[in-house]
Amino acid sequence: MNIVVLVKQVPDSGSERNLADDNTVDRKSANNVINEMDEYAIEEALRLQEAHGGEVTVLTMGPEGASESIRKALSMGPDKAVHVVDDALHGSCAVTTSKVLAAALRTLNADLVISGAESTDGRVQVIPHMIAERLGVAALTGARKVTVDGSTLTVERQTEEGYEVVTAATPAVLSVWDTINEPRYPSFKGIMAAKKKPVQTLSLADLGIAPSEVGFEGSTSEVVEHAKRPPRSGGVKVTDEGEGGVKLVEFLASEKFV
Amino acid sequence: MAEVLVVVEATRDFGVKKVTLELLTLARTLGSPSAVVFGPAGAAAAMTDKLGEFGAEKIYAAEGDDIDGYLVAPKATALADLVRSASPAAVLLPSTQEGKEIAARLAVKLENGLLTDVVELSPEGVATQAAFAGQVIVKSRVTKGIPIVTLRPNSLTPAPAAASPAVEALSVTVGDADKLAKVTDRVVEQKGSRPELTEASIVVSGGRGVASADNFKLVEELADLLGGAVGASRAAVDSGFYPHQFQVGQTGKTVSPQLYVALGISGAIQHRAGMQTSKTIVAVNKDPEAPIFELADFGVVGDLFKVVPQAAEEIRKRK
Repeated sequence: MNIVVLVKQVPDSGSERNLADDNTVDRKSANNVINEMDEYAIEEALRLQEAHGGEVTVLTMGPEGASESIRKALSMGPDKAVHVVDDALHGSCAVTTSKVLAAALRTLNADLVISGAESTDGRVQVIPHMIAERLGVAALTGARKVTVDGSTLTVERQTEEGYEVVTAATPAVLSVWDTINEPRYPSFKGIMAAKKKPVQTLSLADLGIAPSEVGFEGSTSEVVEHAKRPPRSGGVKVTDEGEGGVKLVEFLASEKFV
Repeated sequence: MAEVLVVVEATRDFGVKKVTLELLTLARTLGSPSAVVFGPAGAAAAMTDKLGEFGAEKIYAAEGDDIDGYLVAPKATALADLVRSASPAAVLLPSTQEGKEIAARLAVKLENGLLTDVVELSPEGVATQAAFAGQVIVKSRVTKGIPIVTLRPNSLTPAPAAASPAVEALSVTVGDADKLAKVTDRVVEQKGSRPELTEASIVVSGGRGVASADNFKLVEELADLLGGAVGASRAAVDSGFYPHQFQVGQTGKTVSPQLYVALGISGAIQHRAGMQTSKTIVAVNKDPEAPIFELADFGVVGDLFKVVPQAAEEIRKRK
């Protein structure tokens, strides 16, 4: 089973993040890392490879600096990577991003595409279904458990009320939550091996996509403006000296919650 | 007045979710709301009264196994057909996993822009979103096609406006390409009397400081006294104190209740990502330097095992 894992480089969710002057994600002043959720996707791909054979390929769309995250992903164990990189992609919305990723996937002949359930920067959750829509394949999203039997995939999809059991034949797109597994740490050997693994770069021209179809020009939506949220102020902090619980309820009552 | 489509989200037993009522309320500021019901046979009939109460002028129904027995794809196809025939001014969906996924496929089918996790939408179609753990306020708009917008639950207060909608059945031809992901079972877990986490007006969450699964009873007790839902921080979930589906934060649920009570939660940015847009925030933590106090409208520095039982007792006294 040949698997492609979608890996996105994002600004570290544990640090200060902002948008840049052109209203895109500020990558210059950020600590850029692999989207945490994608590590679970890589782990799941490696486990499926261990059980069913085949190759695992990392696919990333992003600026040149994303190659760092690609090496990091490869150090966990995937065989190779494809990096879609082109200056014209800067400013692309989700709809156009899915067009580019789908075009790249058409060159890769995957049985299974796995992504994290969301990226920690946009948290939009739409890319797996957008890609599936474009490729005409099934999308099994929000999985907390996956089983593969021949060409049949079955997942437990986390829902608000519990879970749904959803099944489909490959080829398919799968997205996973962080409850699905515990991602491995790259070994020293893995880190050394990753340096020699092939990383193919693809430009928009390689994918037959015109620059006008992507980036700011091709996007279907735009950010008009952004601003830092003003810090909350006027909060009251009391130290419990035996009356903390009562004071808490007095506050709740003053706000009409009690 | 231009028609605005609202995709209805409901429980499996046809309980219209609050976010749907918010969507209808929002739709009335943009035009004439038409509710779109997807579900098993009888879904639209069961929900007509409620949808009418909140201003649905019309209800489109796409029902049956072809729609309901598969993951989102048939719904997106039916919705795209409807958008082509009805030419609405906008399509509004709940910003839930399924709502976003229907919107995703719809946007691709129509090569149309999509805005998710919106908390406000102006009549001119400018959407407000809270990005990066709520630290950045973003204004955005669709530049290709009509606004397809998913609204974050608890973004506005639903207001009734009685209407008497007629139900129109959509004739939908669902092709094989939409039947690739079959739903073979639906399992309800943890269905209790508490409100659903993302919909609740009050959320009481526990963190590492709660210290054990057993101690979460304290969190549950306060939640029940306030009529709220129970949440948990990632640290509490990772420690096995509480199940994952109640996790609030970066890799869990995003909540935006009227009142958020954080017990024994330090307020790491991963947690704040899921609750920062709550209207009123209350925190109890023994560490006076905990970052949660930067957000709290009212904070108690103290031992939650003393403060919370006393608060519970005080609420009982006042009832």
